[in-house]
Amino acid sequence: MADVTATGGTITYREAVAEGIAREMRRDPTVVCLGEDIGAAEGVFKTTVGLFKEFGPRRVWDTPISEQAIVGAAMGAAMTGIRPVAEIMFSDFLACCWDYLANEIPKVRYMTGGQVTVPLVVRTANGGGLGFGAQHSQAVENWALAVPGLKVVAPSTPADVIGLMAASIRSDDPVVFFEHKGLFASKGPAAPEGHVVPLGAAAVVRPGADVTLVALASMVPVALRAAEAVAAEGIDAEVVDLRCLVPLDMHTVLDSVGRTSRLVIVEENPYQGGWGATVASIVADEGFESLDAPVRRVAAACVPLPFADSLEQVVLPTADKVAAEVRRLAAY
Amino acid sequence: MTAPADQLTGAATELLGWYEQMAVIRGTEKAAQDLFLAGLVKGTTHLAAGQEAVAVGVSAALRADDYVFATYRGHHHAIARGASPEACLAELMSRATGLCKAKGGSMHLTKADAGMLGSYAIVGSHLPMAVGAAWSATLRGTDQVAVAFFGDGATNIGAFHEALNLAAVWRLPVVFVCENNLYMEYTPIASVTAVPNPAADRAPAYRLPAELIDGNDVVVVRDAAARAVDRARTGGGPTVVEARTYRHFGHSRTDPGTYRPAEEVREWLARDPLAVARDRLSRLGVPDDVVSTVDGRVAELVAAAVSAAKAAPPADPAEALTDVWADGGAQWRT
Repeated sequence: MADVTATGGTITYREAVAEGIAREMRRDPTVVCLGEDIGAAEGVFKTTVGLFKEFGPRRVWDTPISEQAIVGAAMGAAMTGIRPVAEIMFSDFLACCWDYLANEIPKVRYMTGGQVTVPLVVRTANGGGLGFGAQHSQAVENWALAVPGLKVVAPSTPADVIGLMAASIRSDDPVVFFEHKGLFASKGPAAPEGHVVPLGAAAVVRPGADVTLVALASMVPVALRAAEAVAAEGIDAEVVDLRCLVPLDMHTVLDSVGRTSRLVIVEENPYQGGWGATVASIVADEGFESLDAPVRRVAAACVPLPFADSLEQVVLPTADKVAAEVRRLAAY
Repeated sequence: MTAPADQLTGAATELLGWYEQMAVIRGTEKAAQDLFLAGLVKGTTHLAAGQEAVAVGVSAALRADDYVFATYRGHHHAIARGASPEACLAELMSRATGLCKAKGGSMHLTKADAGMLGSYAIVGSHLPMAVGAAWSATLRGTDQVAVAFFGDGATNIGAFHEALNLAAVWRLPVVFVCENNLYMEYTPIASVTAVPNPAADRAPAYRLPAELIDGNDVVVVRDAAARAVDRARTGGGPTVVEARTYRHFGHSRTDPGTYRPAEEVREWLARDPLAVARDRLSRLGVPDDVVSTVDGRVAELVAAAVSAAKAAPPADPAEALTDVWADGGAQWRT
């Protein structure tokens, strides 16, 4: 794995995943990983590079292709003193073990009257842009948002991957941790040792006065590119990286909208049932008097993800599409 | 040959204890049915009357720190692991004193402080959890064992097969106990399953040992469970135990179970696990009046539990918005 224990230097998002897990495994012997191809093979996305070598087969467990067994076993282990970090290779495959994420893990504390705790992380590679087709490209963070009882994390930078991984593994609540496939090769500043980003704290990653862009994961760089594009035209856009959908930091969003009076939500999941609808409804409810224009959502088209790049670009949000909405709102 | 209660052999005393536990479960289940019919239990119930020997026999082979995972038909497992009839009935009756603060209901009885880690109502879902608890025991270097109780219907769902395979590959200390009551809800299990013994016949595919046993004889169940638990605890890996048994009530609620042939019902009622245990007690020289004393004590206990549950306050509405997160609250946004 990348040697990023010292401050300074850069690290890829991919390396940050392994580094974030390794840091927690070093500080807490109850942190144990399981998943398909994560051991000697070091992960199909190379996001577990070095873990097997450093921690061995008692801490890093290769599983069969059995998503229910992976997440179900993680749940049983979490209830009995282990902090499992389970990998579901592609987020599309969450559907194979959705019972555990919809019915079991988020409900067991509640339906037992608080008798049990489930401190686990389910990591998964999410999102499109790489031409993997309809069953390996979806952005499904809105699936997890629909279930009360799950914390939902989706970092956009390598440092946030490390800081949010630390907070997720230390959380006594179950966390679904969406790693974005399209960001794995991206680079950013390395995180200092002990770096923790608390769950539920959005970040203003570009301050601006005219319009607020709220984005998540790979849509953060898309929103930043759109903000740069309109800056040349004199439109000063603020970009908020939500980082988490649960806890949802509406305080930061409402504060930003209070200053800019305009809101564009940039989300990779489909418009129908996308997380932006929840953000928009809260802003409509609690921030109505701040608004000088309608709230716009730039989301994926409501179709399965197509294979060809040229088709995928039609379906997914792009910087051009976002910039067009920003211009429309600025002129409203 | 009979003997006074204070001169019973060790075996007789042990069996009398199991008999009493089974009688408590039977009494509680009958009370649950009466309370349901009286409109004091809402939603649904899945009663385990007739299947008591499985819960009590396996429990007798476990240590206090072992883990148990059960199904929506799980009242007997909660009670066998130490949940009180009063707390169970209060849960069914939506009382604040319920085992799960009236947030779980009949299908989710749980007593985590006794290692009874829940009753799950998505068929088969808890088998991988039990595998995970067993995995956790090995990771933590303890010699705890995990048990998953499940019905015959669960053997046709994917989670059953994923759990058996992973447990076998990782050689985990888990015991899979199938309570085969012959019916998958209203359908004979034999009519929807490719093998005659739905759990035991699948075990060889995962190279797991299996035992097919009489689930209505608590001594037989205890002995089989003791072998399986010992194998698990000493590093021998998982075992599948298929206990053939029969439910005395229908599948749920007011189901009269008329899809079951009358002759079959008669035969199984004649092999009521309480009657089987009484026969064994008699053969061990336990006098009838000793058993009657136990019956009387159990009847009083259950009656007191019903009264206490009825008298308990209803669930506190404020509880609805607690216990989602580990901090005790339900806040999802700022």
